Amino acid sequence: MPHINIAGLPGGFLTTFSSLRLVALGLAVRRGPRFLFRGLDMSLASGQVMQLTGPNGSGKSTLIRLLAGFSPPDAGTVRLEGAGEEHPGAFLHYFGHREGLRPALTARENLAFLAGLLGGDEARIPDALGKLGVARLLDLPVRVLSEGQRRRVALARLLVVDRPIWLLDEPLASLDVEAIATVSGLVAEHAKAGGMALVATHQPLAATNATLDLSGRREAAA
Amino acid sequence: MSAFSAVLKRDLRLARRAGAGASLGLMFFLVLIAIVPFAIGADQKLISRLAPALLWIAALLATLLGLDRLFQADEEDGALDQFLLSGGSLTMLVLAKALAHWLVTGLPLSLAAPVLGLMLAIEPQAMLPLSLSLLVGTPALTLIGLVGAALTVSLNRGGLLLSLLVVPTAIPTLIFGVAVAKAAAEGRDFAMPLTVLCGTTLFALAISPIAAALALRQARG
Amino acid sequence: MTDQTSGSLLRLANPAVFNRLADRLIAPFAVLTLLLFVWGLYGAFFVSPPDYQQGETIRIMFIHVPSAWMAMFVYAGMSLSALGTLIWRHPMADVAQKCAAPLGAGFTLLCLVTGSLWGKPMWGTWWEWDARMTSVLVMFLIYIGVIALQQAIEEPNRAARAVAILTLVGAVNLPIIKFSVDWWSTLHQPASVFRMDGPTIHGSMLGPLFIMGIAFLMLYITLLMLFMRAEVMNRRAERLELLAAEAD
Repeated sequence: MPHINIAGLPGGFLTTFSSLRLVALGLAVRRGPRFLFRGLDMSLASGQVMQLTGPNGSGKSTLIRLLAGFSPPDAGTVRLEGAGEEHPGAFLHYFGHREGLRPALTARENLAFLAGLLGGDEARIPDALGKLGVARLLDLPVRVLSEGQRRRVALARLLVVDRPIWLLDEPLASLDVEAIATVSGLVAEHAKAGGMALVATHQPLAATNATLDLSGRREAAA
Repeated sequence: MSAFSAVLKRDLRLARRAGAGASLGLMFFLVLIAIVPFAIGADQKLISRLAPALLWIAALLATLLGLDRLFQADEEDGALDQFLLSGGSLTMLVLAKALAHWLVTGLPLSLAAPVLGLMLAIEPQAMLPLSLSLLVGTPALTLIGLVGAALTVSLNRGGLLLSLLVVPTAIPTLIFGVAVAKAAAEGRDFAMPLTVLCGTTLFALAISPIAAALALRQARG
Repeated sequence: MTDQTSGSLLRLANPAVFNRLADRLIAPFAVLTLLLFVWGLYGAFFVSPPDYQQGETIRIMFIHVPSAWMAMFVYAGMSLSALGTLIWRHPMADVAQKCAAPLGAGFTLLCLVTGSLWGKPMWGTWWEWDARMTSVLVMFLIYIGVIALQQAIEEPNRAARAVAILTLVGAVNLPIIKFSVDWWSTLHQPASVFRMDGPTIHGSMLGPLFIMGIAFLMLYITLLMLFMRAEVMNRRAERLELLAAEAD
């Protein structure tokens, strides 16, 4: 990803992607005898922060994983417009319940691994942890961190690796009020710089400028 | 390529951090060899004759050790999701994991084999060929195991099932690996089995990472 | 990610169509199988002469050889089903594969057991590590692996695809294993045991053997249809149960 070098300039690298759009048409996911949702259309464009809501089991996590390309839908398509031929996975961050951190490695080692894997910049790790208020944890093994600290370390990868699309599944879980405000601010900043985010959460998110509600979409399959 | 080296570096670091790391497989290898005389008796001649086979079986078992956690740990902590977002091919990342696994199991085993061969009274002229056969053949064991590990990624106690899937497929490697060492011990030419052994490893290298990557993707559908 | 609406229609229609077809075919196929077995076994026991060397034990061949054929045939069929599962995600391909595996394992076991029974009078031992028996044993292990993986993964779609991949990996490896075992057996030729270079099959044996082969094939097709029909109904019942549970 050559675009990454532009990061840090006014406006950030994300303006390069102002034409980028994540578009889903006619999505359906079937679980046994019923559809979680069917005929679901959505689109996420530059500058948008879309809050994804719905009761437990309504398919929020499933939808996010599907948009990330981890599993195919039972019907419908997911397209990344304006990305050319490149692998859509290379344009997005997925942050889920499982944080992708190894307990035996330190915060720095974990993030350095993710930076190498996803094409980010290792040098930004201390700053990123600082922004999330966990700079002191840099060289501690993740094993000794509390739940909330671990999630903050994990969220730091959003800042270490530049990706225009953020797909965040319950990013605010186990965070304190202060940290929630921080994350909310980061998402707003990201959108302002030309990025976009889909955030599944039940808590009010200040940066939200669009919503997608999955409640009442379940139906029995024929 | 940087994603490849990131995975390789992390897995090696994890192996080191997990206490004994590379030496754990080696210790297992040593323990297996050490119990042989107790099972067979201290008949030097008999042990010497069985030595190549015993070392190869021990290598196979040592390779299987811990293989069931190879992808499971990444699946459980969500790292596998991140693998899929690297923008590169999953096959290459799977290959990086295989390389890391071999560097901490197969390679040390191959290097230690001559020493253990001494304990088993192996013919001196068979020492190097035995080591060579392990060096060439253990990558195939790791690669075959890779597919088994990917197929059982979602299973809690997949270890036993993994052995059931992997061992029959490892038979050709075992046959030709032992054949190299045996031929050398009996002073015969071992070029032919060694060539075929290389062939099985190359074949596993061509097929296994693709099959393993496919299995990992399918396991998430 | 392609549109699969038409696919999902097929998905619903196909099993029903299959079951209607199976309902109609199973009885005639069962009768045909029975007739073929009567004909084949009559030929094997009363028409075909005893072997000049092996005597009456040669008659085991009429079970042993067809089951060896079926062991290979069923695996080939499973490999095709595996492709159907992976490439077209066809639901009946998965059903076929799931039902074929135990049948294939059964034929392989039958082949091993009859081989052992044949080996006792011929070689003086129940088991001989000769190339053919060893290869069949490995094949049996692979069948067991496929069945074990199938039962270990609970989610049916995941199980189907994992098993399909394993089946194909096995299919690619079987020739290599066969080659290596053949090579290994020439290296370890035991000297003490009497060996035969394959029976020279007398013309009068060929007929019954051929009929037994067809009979085994028909038996397989009949049982496969029976198992598949049961599996389809099982899956449908499970779906309905889930739906009913939701409605409560």
